[in-house]
Amino acid sequence: MFPRLHFAVCFTAVLGPTLVHTLCPDTADGYKVRLSIKTALGDDAYKWDESEMFLFRATLAFAMRKYNQKPYEVSDVLVCNETQRVSFWFVVTDPENTSELISGKDVERAVRISRNRINNAFLLTDETLEFLNIPPTLAVPAESGTPPWLIVFGVVIGVVGVGIIALLISSFIQKRRKKGVTEGEEEDCEEEACDKGNGVSHPVEEGADGVNRGFVGDIPFTKL
Amino acid sequence: GKGWRGRVHAQDRTPVHSKAPQSTGERPKWDNKIQYLLTCIGFAVGLGNVWRFPYLCQIYGGGAFLIPYLIALVFEGLPLLYLELAIGQRLRMGSIGVWNSISPYLGGVGMASMVVSFLVGMFYNTILAWVLWYFFHSFQNPLPWRSCPVFNLTGKSVEECELSSPVNYFWYRETLNITPNIETSGSLQWWLVICLATAWCIVYVCFIRGIETIGKAAYITATFPYLVLTIFLVRALTLPGAMTGLKYLFTPQWEILKNPRVWLDAATQIFFSLSLAFGGLIAFSIKNKLDQDAIIVGCINSATSIYASIPIFAILGFKANSNYEDCLNNNILSLTNAFNMGDQNITIENYETWLTYLNTSDPTKVANLHLKVCDLQTFLDQSASGTGLAFIVFTEAVIKMPGSQVWSVLFFIMLFTLGLSSMFGNLEGVLTPLLDLKLVPTCIPKEIFTGFMCLVYFIFSFIFALGSGNYWLEIFNSYVGSVPLLVIAFFEITAVSYVYGINRYVFSDDIEWMTGRRPNIFWQANWRVISPLMLLVVLLAYVVIQAMQELTYSVSAPQVDFPMYEVLPYPGWVCAICVLLSTVPCILIPLVALYRFVHFLKKRVERLRAPSFYENEGYVSDM
Repeated sequence: MFPRLHFAVCFTAVLGPTLVHTLCPDTADGYKVRLSIKTALGDDAYKWDESEMFLFRATLAFAMRKYNQKPYEVSDVLVCNETQRVSFWFVVTDPENTSELISGKDVERAVRISRNRINNAFLLTDETLEFLNIPPTLAVPAESGTPPWLIVFGVVIGVVGVGIIALLISSFIQKRRKKGVTEGEEEDCEEEACDKGNGVSHPVEEGADGVNRGFVGDIPFTKL
Repeated sequence: GKGWRGRVHAQDRTPVHSKAPQSTGERPKWDNKIQYLLTCIGFAVGLGNVWRFPYLCQIYGGGAFLIPYLIALVFEGLPLLYLELAIGQRLRMGSIGVWNSISPYLGGVGMASMVVSFLVGMFYNTILAWVLWYFFHSFQNPLPWRSCPVFNLTGKSVEECELSSPVNYFWYRETLNITPNIETSGSLQWWLVICLATAWCIVYVCFIRGIETIGKAAYITATFPYLVLTIFLVRALTLPGAMTGLKYLFTPQWEILKNPRVWLDAATQIFFSLSLAFGGLIAFSIKNKLDQDAIIVGCINSATSIYASIPIFAILGFKANSNYEDCLNNNILSLTNAFNMGDQNITIENYETWLTYLNTSDPTKVANLHLKVCDLQTFLDQSASGTGLAFIVFTEAVIKMPGSQVWSVLFFIMLFTLGLSSMFGNLEGVLTPLLDLKLVPTCIPKEIFTGFMCLVYFIFSFIFALGSGNYWLEIFNSYVGSVPLLVIAFFEITAVSYVYGINRYVFSDDIEWMTGRRPNIFWQANWRVISPLMLLVVLLAYVVIQAMQELTYSVSAPQVDFPMYEVLPYPGWVCAICVLLSTVPCILIPLVALYRFVHFLKKRVERLRAPSFYENEGYVSDM
């Protein structure tokens, strides 16, 4: 029994690296990842090293666990073809059967569900942490009942409407007042002696020298 | 006839009260002279100062364009301005009354003015409705024209938007919902109708009591644009790339002055910019130092144009710079990804060196990337005027500025106030002649009548809320707001110079009586010779050029690369409408003259047939 076990362990140890070589990059089930750390963080950019890669594999294992609750481990995420860019390929193996790859569709769905968490782990965004061929998950847009522009429109037209009504009412009141005044004048006229000459009635004005000034204002109105 | 002229002079010798007996009651009662000046300035300064003048500067050699522009101002703009203000004040009537007084045969000039004012008012307020639409949408975060609308589930964006740009898509599809050509009318866009309703309501509030309310509104509508322009100026000068834009704008290219087209466009720009021949200035004018007023209004109008072009070009320079950097960054990203080099190893500064190095080491790979050629000059050369400048170019620039919503709101309020103050002149140019013609029943209060006018305008402007509305607006803009105005102005100046008489005893007399001094030799020379000649040349050149051009229009076609339009010819019935729009206002002039002449002949014939000793010719009524 012991020799067999020893042989099995040896076998997987030898097979491990070769497994990586054959399984990754399996373009059907593997995805290329591209990070642009300096673009995202500028001066606060961290260096990409082994630990960061470990974090990536752990995060991806987390995403897979969230997706179908199987006990994924860091070792189930295989990474290869790392470049200076920083970019690399990865594939995910089934925890129960390490020679089987999880299908690309499942990996894609898992990544899309936990995309936000993955991004945040690296302080990056959808544009700076790219999973090629996995479209970014967009946040569900806030469904507002009324479009905001209608609200602004409502406010503006309300204010304008109030303005129109106010102006109309004020001019109506002014006209009423004027009518009241002219009626008052006519009443004055009946009490004193009025000149009802050419249809224009105004009380006869007598100046200090007794001259009738009723005609003074009329000169410009006659066409000569 | 002469008898009438004699009568006017007899009246001159008596002091006239402010209520002149010949007028029909609609004379401006300005609270003070500032209101009057602000209203005139507001009428003259309009959207064209902001979106047409900078464009002309750009395509006609920058600073060099100022020379033909200022020459046109001095020899054409100011004399015509002075003339209109003087005529309006002297005869104290609206445009129809004025021309009827000068000579009954010229009553058609006033009618033509009124018709043109009406047609222009229809489409001008549609532009304000579009401005309001953008204003309403500026209160969102992010601005709706920043990115293409996305389908929720698939994450894909609308294809038409992908092909052109979010800004183009928002303008052509979400605002106008434009049809592919002018024959397809499309349906009435309800959102544009409610924006039109808002615009007309705002106009009504300001116009409700005529001059009274307009004068008060002018305090805001005439001054606010300057405030916003100054804010933009300060902001724009701090943006990167602003200086490039300004250098580009103001660097003079003197050879361009040899092109006669430049002079023609300078003359037409001054003419349309001052809003002459609409009858609005005639309706506004009051007793004041008229030559001073003319110079003030004319110079402020031109100064505003120049002042406005500074922030506009600073912002356009910023936009060109931004586009250029985006272009380079795209190329850099392609190169970085293809060659798997470190992030940010290639920057804008060392792009050229890296490109040559990579090209020599692996030219096929570089060629396969299909890198775009990024040239700052090409981006700067992308010029736009009119609605294209405001709703496409400027909105794109605004998204790139931090605090986009604030700038967007400010910009569209500025455009709205600019257009609103010009609308007042248009409306007065229709209302005052209607009062002259005594077509307004006196039992109806003024508020109701102005409301009725706004309602009629609103219903007519539904044409521009159709799917093909923008095409119709372009037609109205090109054919109504051009040749008829030139014709009217030409008749104005020849009528006053040669029919009324600018010789020493008549018009100059009037001006001396009104302002206390005679107009000096500069004005006389201009009125009699220089300005009519200039107008005639401009008019003929304009008509010839229009006639030689094929009647075509451009259609937005997202499949084509920038500038993304196709040019189509107008169908026959549309051509007929264009010709009608240009000629009907002009034809009114000879028609009315003919009508008066026939009337005069009839009277003559009647009198010859049955002369009566008791007929007193002293009371022959004014025709």
